[in-house]
Amino acid sequence: MKERELFSRAEDVLGLFRRGAEFTRELLGENERLRRKVAELETLESATSEDAGWERLRSELVSRVEGLERERREALTRLELAEAENDNFARRYLEVEDENNQLVNLYVASYQLHSTLDLAEVLTIVVEIVINLIGAEVFAIFALDENSGMLAPVAAEGADLESFGEVPLGEGPIGSAVASGEIHCAEAEGVGPLVCIPLRVQDRPIGAISIEKLLQQKEGFSALDYELFTMLAAHAATAMFAAQLYSQSARKLQTIRGFLELLTD
Amino acid sequence: MARHRILITEDSPTMRQLLVFTLKRLKDVDLVEAQDGMDGLRKLSSDPFDLALIDINMPVMDGLKLIRLIREEESLQDMPIVVITTEGGQEDRERAMALGANEYVTKPVQANQLLRLVRSLLKLE
Repeated sequence: MKERELFSRAEDVLGLFRRGAEFTRELLGENERLRRKVAELETLESATSEDAGWERLRSELVSRVEGLERERREALTRLELAEAENDNFARRYLEVEDENNQLVNLYVASYQLHSTLDLAEVLTIVVEIVINLIGAEVFAIFALDENSGMLAPVAAEGADLESFGEVPLGEGPIGSAVASGEIHCAEAEGVGPLVCIPLRVQDRPIGAISIEKLLQQKEGFSALDYELFTMLAAHAATAMFAAQLYSQSARKLQTIRGFLELLTD
Repeated sequence: MARHRILITEDSPTMRQLLVFTLKRLKDVDLVEAQDGMDGLRKLSSDPFDLALIDINMPVMDGLKLIRLIREEESLQDMPIVVITTEGGQEDRERAMALGANEYVTKPVQANQLLRLVRSLLKLE
């Protein structure tokens, strides 16, 4: 009985040990599970912090890209401004070149006109200017005879001098241009002269240049031509007038000298 | 840089002066003037030139005869010739080119066009 009792108690103790062992195993299992859980959580936390880093990097990059985009837009605006300025300079350069060319033409024409006091030479120079600088093929230069009030052709190119004929002051396009002092431009081609340039010294009419036809390669009058017309109207007139005066004074001087010689003989 | 010598053969003093003023704007260029074809030929035979501008209608010797004589001379065969004339007809142009002109420019001369042409023939910057 005692043995049975002892056996039973031993059984109880063994059962107690077994349960203790079982409990210990459960504890170890739970411990292992929790350790895994902790490891998972640590991994998760680490991944989360990496994501935050990426997010920060991303926002930095976005902000950088935006900055670069802004800089690009500003650079484009500056480039556009620079290009516009460049175009403006190029246009201005061409304008200055054209002005320079015009000034050269005007300077040469005026220089040549005032380089002589010989009327024939002045007329030759006017002819050269009208041919070479304006590009006229048929034209004539008229001089006013103050006594008769008639404009007579004194030089011509492209047609006989006689074919131009005399023109009364104040009549027709040539006479009217000289009387008014206004440059006359034909309204339509083939009806009278293309251009009549009155030659006047102040208010005194001297003559006219009448352009009938342009060289075949010359399509029309340019801005420079109108500048040349204005220049000729004043400078050719002055040159012709000065040459006429010089010629008259030379003649008078010769007469006076002859007269003095007669007196002294 | 070597200087380029240009001969301007033109009977009109006005036109000569205009060409001189226009071409003076080029760098490293020396300009020599001749008043007719004969004068031009004389200057071409005594000194070397890199380019000749020649008018057609000139007294003593016209431009076409001068071009022919230039091309007959072996030492001048490669020298570029630019004709500057009032004659704007196609036949005139063809005649001058057939004789050996390199370029044909009609009057009134456009300064910018002439400068471009001369720069290109002399290979200037």
